[in-house]
This record gives sequence, structure tokens and C-alpha cells, in this order.
Amino acid sequence: MTAGTMTQLRAGARRWKQRLWRRIDLDLPLLGALLVLCVVGLGVLYSASAGSTDQVTNQALRLVLGLAVMITLSRVPPAILRSWTPGFYLGTLALLVAVTLFGEGRGAHRWLDLGVLRFQPSELAKLSLPMMVAWFLHDRPLPPSWGSLAMAALLVAIPAGLIAEQPDLGTALLVGVSGAFVIFLGGIGWPRILMLVGSAAAAAPIAWEFMHEYQRNRIRMFLDPEADPLGNGWNIIQAKIAVGSGGLLGKGFEASTQAQLDFLPEHTTDFIFAVFAEEWGLIGVALVVALYLFIIGRGLWIAASARDTFSRLLAGSIAMTFFVYVMVNGGMITGLLPVVGVPMPLISYGGTSAVSLLAAWGIVLSIHAHRRLVVG
Amino acid sequence: MRARRRLSVLRRGPRRVKEAGSQLALFRARAFTGFAIIFVCLMVLVGRFFVLQVMRHDEFHGRSEANRIKPRAVAPSRGLIYDRNGELLAENIPQYRLELVPEQIRDIDDTLARLRQVIEIAPEELERFGETRSLKRGFNSVPVKFQLSEEEVARFAVHRHEFPGVDVVPYLTRYYPQKELLTHVVGYVGRVDQGDQEREDFQAGWMTHIGKTGIERQYERELQGEAGYEQVEMNAQGRALRVLERVPPKQGRNVYLTIDAQLQRATVAAFEGRAGSAIAIDPRNGDVLAMVSLPSYDANLFVNGISRKDYAALLAAPNRPLFNRALQGGYEPGSTMKPFIGLAGLELGVRTPSTTVFSTGEFRLPGNSFAWHDWKKGGHGRVDLNEALAQSVNTYFYGLAVEIGVDRLGEYLKQFGFGAPTGIDLVGEGKGVLPSREWKRITQEKPWYPGETVIAGIGQGYWVVTPIQLASALATLADGAVRIRPHLLLATQDGLNGARVPFGPPATTASFVHDPANLEAVRTGMISVMHGPTGTARAVGADSPYRIAGKSGTAQRFRRKDGAEYDENRVSEHLRHQALFVAYAPAEAPTIAVAVVVEHGNSGSKAAAPVARRILDAWLLRSPPQ
Repeated sequence: MTAGTMTQLRAGARRWKQRLWRRIDLDLPLLGALLVLCVVGLGVLYSASAGSTDQVTNQALRLVLGLAVMITLSRVPPAILRSWTPGFYLGTLALLVAVTLFGEGRGAHRWLDLGVLRFQPSELAKLSLPMMVAWFLHDRPLPPSWGSLAMAALLVAIPAGLIAEQPDLGTALLVGVSGAFVIFLGGIGWPRILMLVGSAAAAAPIAWEFMHEYQRNRIRMFLDPEADPLGNGWNIIQAKIAVGSGGLLGKGFEASTQAQLDFLPEHTTDFIFAVFAEEWGLIGVALVVALYLFIIGRGLWIAASARDTFSRLLAGSIAMTFFVYVMVNGGMITGLLPVVGVPMPLISYGGTSAVSLLAAWGIVLSIHAHRRLVVG
Repeated sequence: MRARRRLSVLRRGPRRVKEAGSQLALFRARAFTGFAIIFVCLMVLVGRFFVLQVMRHDEFHGRSEANRIKPRAVAPSRGLIYDRNGELLAENIPQYRLELVPEQIRDIDDTLARLRQVIEIAPEELERFGETRSLKRGFNSVPVKFQLSEEEVARFAVHRHEFPGVDVVPYLTRYYPQKELLTHVVGYVGRVDQGDQEREDFQAGWMTHIGKTGIERQYERELQGEAGYEQVEMNAQGRALRVLERVPPKQGRNVYLTIDAQLQRATVAAFEGRAGSAIAIDPRNGDVLAMVSLPSYDANLFVNGISRKDYAALLAAPNRPLFNRALQGGYEPGSTMKPFIGLAGLELGVRTPSTTVFSTGEFRLPGNSFAWHDWKKGGHGRVDLNEALAQSVNTYFYGLAVEIGVDRLGEYLKQFGFGAPTGIDLVGEGKGVLPSREWKRITQEKPWYPGETVIAGIGQGYWVVTPIQLASALATLADGAVRIRPHLLLATQDGLNGARVPFGPPATTASFVHDPANLEAVRTGMISVMHGPTGTARAVGADSPYRIAGKSGTAQRFRRKDGAEYDENRVSEHLRHQALFVAYAPAEAPTIAVAVVVEHGNSGSKAAAPVARRILDAWLLRSPPQ
């Protein structure tokens, strides 16, 4: 072989790589930010689980699975996704009904055992619901009329209600807002928004009537955690202690006494960010929140440059729902919001939510990849 | 309209494109607004973190440390108790107890219920747990059960993870290897109860046990030591993970008693199972060599809480084993009082050693038809002090008491310590009764009758002495009327290798006898009791290789009415006389003085004198310790 052929081969390989990259066409800033977040999450998990390689390996495998799903979905054109949407939505509804009838789990029927794997159909709803609302509003004039608004609200209410009934308030909330964000992004007028928010506030006492006792206790505890410091208030108090004791610079990696000594319950799942805050301080928190903000902003930017209404609404909703995770979880561990079982996205230990989140971002990546076919 | 709308944007005319353009603008406005709201919300969230992590950092830092680090008292080990030769009387042995920290348990009743499925916990232990718990603050551990068996420890270890806040803790428990031998002297420690919290020697925080009776109580401060403390890192379940800082406790001081355990054993043996009390004192220094109250009981029963069954058995046992006769038993001294009254007669100038009295067997006060009797029918004839003591002639002392007068007699006898606690280093001592007109007026609100002076002369009537009083008075007599407070503490010691710090030399007063010859006369009379040809206890003194001075006494529970004969076989035991005997030896230079009370023993010289002799033998004939 001559040097010339080698050069040619190298150039060929480079061209092939470039072509491949163009074909894949992933949004590198978004992908990079998500990967950084996953790595940060694994690091916190390692520390919070006191170096449990089991948990870290487990979570890493799920993240790999999630990334695979994400890459795969990023190859599916939004138009195809849109055509799948009604079926996907109806399937989700069917599974939600099934889980109400045959589901299992401690205290709440959330899991469906399919023999080979157990999963929560409510996780599917996190995707299928905003897709369905976006599908519904896709070819309607926007801002939506009262009639389409009512129909969209019904599309949201059915799965959200079924999930709340399991009961899983956190997921119902996430599913509900993901639908609401689609409507919001659809351009519903501000007077209507105020009217809806106002009537929701008015309906709160009615919702209280329908809540489970443990859910009511969570709200009571949120209002006054010190009333029962050993019982229901324990988690909030210990989380605040973890966060507060972290200070500006934190106690350092693997130095969370609140987690290591078991004072903080659920310190690898719902309360993992309190461990992070304890170990990395306000600086660490600010950096991670900035990372989240970047991801959300990037998602909205992608949505704004998407080719059609369905893509726009869906990408925007996914980005904004991601914010709700951060806000609800961060608010919970700092005592700003009541305890609701919402994980800190991609940091909390737990496979299903990691996979469903990455899948959602896969859709956003796909929307980005297929933006060029349209006039900006 | 609707059908047209469903067509895709591309296939429609420019109007639709324009409409799509305005939709895009609307979306972008919304997305921007949404992002702005999100930005503000996340800033609020970061602001909240700022409040917690920077503004309130000190508060939460403190709470995090308080979560993690708990100061824990480190109990000192209690000082040991030895007899004068270093024989162990009280020690500490390793045990395991089950305890829980109330603060770390959400439902204590439920935890206890589940615990009972793993380890047997008696209802009274639960009761005591509740009591102890009410005395302690929540973060202190509260013992649930003491003295776990090895099997129980192992069983709990298996289930430990089910019981956060509960732990098996090794501890040292008090153990009395001599069992019941010295319970009435050494006493015992017991679990701290409500009343103990008021005590001056109670140390809050770490004490689980405190001296309840005897030496354990008397020298609590010496024995208890000082607690150290440690800063311990704890996890949420209350398990100590590591010690961050430790200030070691100061161990309690060891206590050496004047008691000679070997003599104590010999004394107990001399009683041959009968009830009673005996005390042996070294008259030269007031050391209590043996102090026996029988029956006794095993002190170990009380250390970790006596079971109801055991306690009921002790209460129901014959002869009240819980009663400390040596210290609190009140006995009529009878004729053991005669040497003291005889000395009073000489010292007060009422009689001389050679003054004689004629005993006819009956004594009457002028103008009174009532007769007081001698123990010997027909009397003893003409007797001087020596014979009066040797034969225990009542008539001699009836007259003597009348001549001295009860108040003067009392004043004199007070110098021997009668009528007041001796001040021995044990709590709960009785004070007896030294009869006098005033005493009767105050306590009985009745005038004094002349006849009561007569019987006071032979130690009867209102007289009450405790065995320790009698022994102390005898030791005083034996040591030339120099009164020394009897005491049990010989020395204290700081740790096993520490030097023994002797108990300060007891305060001595000068002899209160005016004429040593008077004392000598009384002592001679007491020698005659043992060795004289007419001595009432000559049978006991006969074969003694050393000379003994003694005096018997028989307290009459069964009062002899005129003409009624006393037949010991026909009187039920609790009505029989108490036999008393006092003796010291060697008579010339006494090193031991003993007072013996044998309950229901009939005759002092027959029942109590042999006991006294065996005690003296055990002390004086023992091969000297190496």
C-alpha cells in the first residue's frame, strides 16, 4: 500500500464519519448537557449510597438503556411519531385501566407485571399525554377555541385522574402539567389562563376531600414539619438539615453525614439532591440548576425552531415539564413545596423515570434533527 | 372549513402559510414567556437554597452535628469492697443488658411488644422500664432488661436490624461473692428509683445503680467514682459508630472494711442456724471485726431488681431476714447491764468493791409489799461486787439502782453510749432506750414509779439496747472506759495498685473513770463469771486457754408472775427469753469484745455464752495470718 492510498483511505473515513454525523444530526449542546447530568447523577448516587457499586451499576445500565432509547427515538421523524400518537395514547389508557384492576405495589397500584418486566404505565403517560394534546391541537387554529380547550382538558384529565387514583400524586401532577404546558404553548389567552388557574385554586378544597390520608399528611407536614419531627415531618426536617449544613462550599464528596448515618430517608431516590446540596454546597447547587436551565432553554429553543405545530408543542412541553421535576423536587427538599414523590431528573436513583425522561429528550432530539425540512 | 383545516400546511395556499407564521410567532412568544417564568422560578429555588445554605447555615450545621454527635456519659466502674485482709466482698462482673433510646423510637409500645417475641421480658421489668423512662430524658438510653443470658444476646443479634434504637449493651454488674454472709453490713446497690434522685450522692446522667443500704450506701461517694464522657458519632438508628473524643471516667475508690470475713463466717457458724445478732469489736481502736444479723439473705437478689416472688418469700420467711438486728434490733439487755451499773455504783461513791449485800431471794422497797426476786430461790447470801457479778445476784443491783436513783444512773451510763446511736458508719441505726423520769414523761406521759428503778437495776423494764450499742459499751469497758466510735471503714484505695489511705484515727476521749481500781473491780467480777467457782458461765470459760471477762443476760419476754414457773419446753419459741452474752478477751489485754444475742435462747449463759466463746476462739486461737 502506498502512502497515497493511506491518505485516501483516511480522507474517506473522515468523509464517512462526517456523513454519518450529518445523518445522525444530534444537537450536541443538548446531548452533552444531558450526558453531564447523567454523570453527575451517578457520582451523587455513588456517594449517597455509601459507595454501593450495585446501585451505581444498576443505574448506569438503566441510563445506557435510556440513552439507547433516546438515540433511537431521535431517528424517528416527528411526523411518524404523530401518526402513532392516538394509538399510543389509547394504549396507555388501556394499561392505566389495567393497572387499576390488576396492578401491584405497596399501598398503591402502580406496577404492572408483564412476566419479563415490571413497569409503571404512568411513565408511558408522561410521553403519550403531551403527544396526544399536541396531536389534537396540531391542526386546529391557535389559540384554541373554548371547544378545543375543553376537549384538550378532557384528554389530560382522564389519564391524570387514573394515575392520581393509584394513588401517585407526583406522577399525576407531572402528567397533568405536561398536558397543560401544551395548551399553554398553544397560545391560550392570558385571561383564560388566569380564569383556569383561579378555578383550580377554588377547586383545591374539593381536591382535599378526595385525597388520601397520607397525601393530606404530606401537605400538613409541609405547612408545619416541626409538629411531628419524628413522624411525618422527619423527612422534610432532615432534608433541610442536610441542605442547610452543606453551606456555601459543601462538606465534600462522600461526606454527607445526613445520608451516611441514615438520618435522611430516601437519600438515593427522592431526597438525593439534598445529599448533593450537603456535599457540594450552594456552588454545586447553582451549577446543577444552571445545567438544568440550559437543558430547558435548549429544549425550548429547539421547539421554537421546529417545523410544525405538533413538534413545537411537544418539544416545548417536554422542556417545561423537565423544569417541573426540578422545581417540585428542589422545592420539596428545601421545604418550599410539599413532599410529592417526584425525582430529581436524571439524578435520583430509579430506572423507569430515567428511561422515560431520556426517551422524551430523544423526541426533542428528533424534532431538532428534522427541523430543516421546513422553512424557518 | 374543518375538513380543509385538516389538510397539511404545505398543501395550502400562502394564507395558511401566513397563518402558520403567526402561530409560530405566538409559540415563540409563549416559549419565551415560559422560559422567563422558569428562569424566575429556578432563581427562587436557588434563592431558597441560599437562605438555607448561607443565611441559615449555622442553624442547620448545628442541627446536623447534633444529629450526628451525641455526648455520652461513660460510667466509671464502682470501687470494690474488701475485708480487712483483702478478701473480696463486692465486685463487678460483666453482663449484658437490653436498653433502648426513647427518642429514636417512634412507637415504643409496639417495639416492646415485638421485643417480647424475641426476648422474654417479665411484666415487672416492663413496669420498672416505664418508671425508669419517666426519670430520663429522651436521648438517654433506658434499660429494659438486665442480665441477659448468652442465648438472649445471640437471639437479639439476629433480630437487631428490626429494632432501631434498641441495643444490647455490655455492662458491669455488682456481685457479692459472699452472698448472704455480709448483707447486713455491706448492703447492696439497686436500680436508681425516684427517691434516689433526691439524694445528694446521686449523679444524674449515667447512674443506673446506687448504694441502697449498708456500706454501699454509706460510702456511695467513695465507691461511685466520676463519670467520663465521650463524643460519639451515631447513626439515625442510634448506633454508636465511632468515638470522636473521650474523657475517661475516674473509677470509684476501693473500700477496705474492718470486717474479718473469716471471723464473720465463724460467727455465723456459731449460731448454728438460730436467729440473733453478734458483733465483735477490737476495743483498742473501734474496728468492727464481725457484725452478724441472722437470718440473712443474698444481697445479689436486689442488685437488678428483686422479683416479686423472691421478695414475697423474704417477707414471709420466719425471723424476718430483712431486719438488721445488729443495727436496729432493740433488746432488753437484762443482766449484761450489771457490770455497767456496778461500775456506776463504785464511781458514784454509792458502794465500794467490798461493800456486801445480803440476798434472801426477795427484794422489797420500804412500805411496799411487792417482792422482786433473785433468780436463785432462797437467795445467794452475803455477796460483794465480785460475787454479785459472778452469780448475777439481782438483789445487789436492785438495791444499788434504788440507791443511785434512776436519773443519776442514766446520766452515768450515757457515757457508755446507751440511749443514743453509736455513730457507726452505717445508716439506719437504732438508738435504744435509756430509761429516765424525763424519758418516761415525754414518751409515755406517765410519772415514774419507784419499782421501775428496781428492775432498771438488772437491765429490765424500759431498757432497750441494740447489739451494736451493747458491743460498743463493752468495748469501752474493756479499753479502760475510753470511748471509741465503732466503725467499719478501714481504708480506701485509688485503684488496685493505689496506696491504701487509712481511715483517720478515730477520735478518742480520755478515760471517764475516776479511779481505775473501780474499773478493775468490775473487770475482775466479769472474769469470775467465766472462771470463778460460782461463775454463771464457768462451764463455758473452764477450758479456755486464755482468760475471758464476760457477763450473761436473759431478757424475759415471758414475765414471771409470782409463783409461776418458767418451763422452756412449754413456752412457744417466740415467747421464750432472749439469751444475751457479752465477753472480751484476753481479759488482761483485750483485743476483742463481743456482744451476742440469741433470740429465743432461754438462758444467756447456756445459749449465748457458747456462741461468744466460739467467736473469741475463732479470733484468738486462729493461726496468725502470713
